[in-house]
Amino acid sequence: MNPPGRGRILFTALVALLLTVLPLPPWLDVLRPEFLVLAVLYWSVNAPRTGDIALGFFAGLALDVFQGPVLGQHALALALVTYIGVREHQRIRSKPAFQQALFVFGALAVYEFVLFAIDGWSGHPVTSPLRWVHAVTGALLWPPVAAILGHGSRGRA
Amino acid sequence: MAAFGTAAGRPLGRGGSPGFRFTLYAALAVVAMYLDQRQHYLEQLRYVLQGTAYPIQLAVNSPPAAWAWIRRSFESRERLQAENARLRAGQRDLELRSMRYEALAHENGELRGLRAALPPVADRWLAAEIVNIQLSSLRQRLLIDRGAVNGVFKAQAVLDDRGLIGQTTHVGPWSAEVILITDPEHAVPVRIERTGLRTIAVGAGDASSLALPYLPANADIKSGDLLVTSGLGGVFPQGYPVARVTEVHRDAVQPLAQVRAAPLAHIDTDSEVMLVWFRADHPAAPTPTSDSLGELRSGTPSMQPQAVPPRPQVAAPGPPAAAPQPATPRPQSAVPREPKAAAPQPTAPQPAAPEPTTPEPATPQPATPQPATPEPATPQPTTPQPDASQSKEGQ
Repeated sequence: MNPPGRGRILFTALVALLLTVLPLPPWLDVLRPEFLVLAVLYWSVNAPRTGDIALGFFAGLALDVFQGPVLGQHALALALVTYIGVREHQRIRSKPAFQQALFVFGALAVYEFVLFAIDGWSGHPVTSPLRWVHAVTGALLWPPVAAILGHGSRGRA
Repeated sequence: MAAFGTAAGRPLGRGGSPGFRFTLYAALAVVAMYLDQRQHYLEQLRYVLQGTAYPIQLAVNSPPAAWAWIRRSFESRERLQAENARLRAGQRDLELRSMRYEALAHENGELRGLRAALPPVADRWLAAEIVNIQLSSLRQRLLIDRGAVNGVFKAQAVLDDRGLIGQTTHVGPWSAEVILITDPEHAVPVRIERTGLRTIAVGAGDASSLALPYLPANADIKSGDLLVTSGLGGVFPQGYPVARVTEVHRDAVQPLAQVRAAPLAHIDTDSEVMLVWFRADHPAAPTPTSDSLGELRSGTPSMQPQAVPPRPQVAAPGPPAAAPQPATPRPQSAVPREPKAAAPQPTAPQPAAPEPTTPEPATPQPATPQPATPEPATPQPTTPQPDASQSKEGQ
């Protein structure tokens, strides 16, 4: 498999960002997974050289501009997620989809927890348990997302 | 495999182990958060970033906007005619209602001892279109298509034709983010129009309800009460409608009443909002508070300090009405502050207007029928009228 180009990674990240900020009705919004986190995590696992912590950081910064109460919140959380992804990429890539999804759930839970902790630290009262739903839907959507993101590179290989 | 990475153009922080790079970026993020939250050094950066993000937000909003445009352009003639008729009727209604406005404004000016009627508190209006809506339970925000180039400033009041919507939090060059009154981080200082009792309405995280968490269980409030802005907090002027109380729960073991209110503004269906500039020297203008503007960065007017003071302050003059002890804070907390709000006091039945202490012996009367809470409505009908006229005048 060829390493995916940087343009491809940035393009998918941009699409994921659009999906993340797309206005949705509230009931659907609760279920919407963190597409950008999924995409960035995918690249950190499958292309740890290009899609590494810098990608996570800047993608997080973009999220902060759109929906962050504090500049740097999502950046920190996404940098942590990509760090986990880069660190564990060899172990994860060989696993079947189900176990990958479990790992993704863990990473998303870490991500949500970091956001939650920073919300609390910066005095933004957020007590809704609904944010954890994103971790579940994200993990459930991991196999299709991984298939879509991996489609091009496997085709080229 | 991916082990041969693209060597060209390695980004910043590329050297070293993943752990090292993560530490680097994490430190960067923490510094950014600290500067943004505590020091507000990043306002300029935010301004630039918001400008950059605006095209993306427009793009994201384009499919729904295109859909709405298509639907509008294919609307049938009958529907347009029906809408036209409705709008005509609405306009006639408004004209009839505002017919006596001039006379009332003049009368109010005379009662205040002014030579001429006051100009309306709203100085200038600007319609803004909603570009993007976030209505999750965690964040209730709007993005509007007016920014600093239109003169929009931070912590500006945003209304629709029914009532208050929110205030601006981040202002970019061409866009601004509006925090809605229903956002869990937003609190708006309000007054119950019927009784004059002041409290705080906090967003509950959904577009159809506000919570009033700081009312004592014996507070005189019932469902159907209108909440208007109290003018405190330095953002919203006085007398604009905010919400209508929908449910009041009084639990015997809870010291506070659980009150919910439904915002009057059509927060989830609006496509346009109004930005308002107010005359700073108008009596109904937002009370300038020295420290509140420092707190507005997160979109939350620092209202807690104002929620608490009325009660302890009232404890001293309270004793006259000794028997209904728990009841005394309520009416009095409403009264002594009114002269500051400049309105209802002069028109109150007692002509000794500027003296806040004289009306106070009168207020224990509403306190005596207190056990049955709906009843205080009867001794108090004097207050709503000045309030109502005042609030109309305020607009």
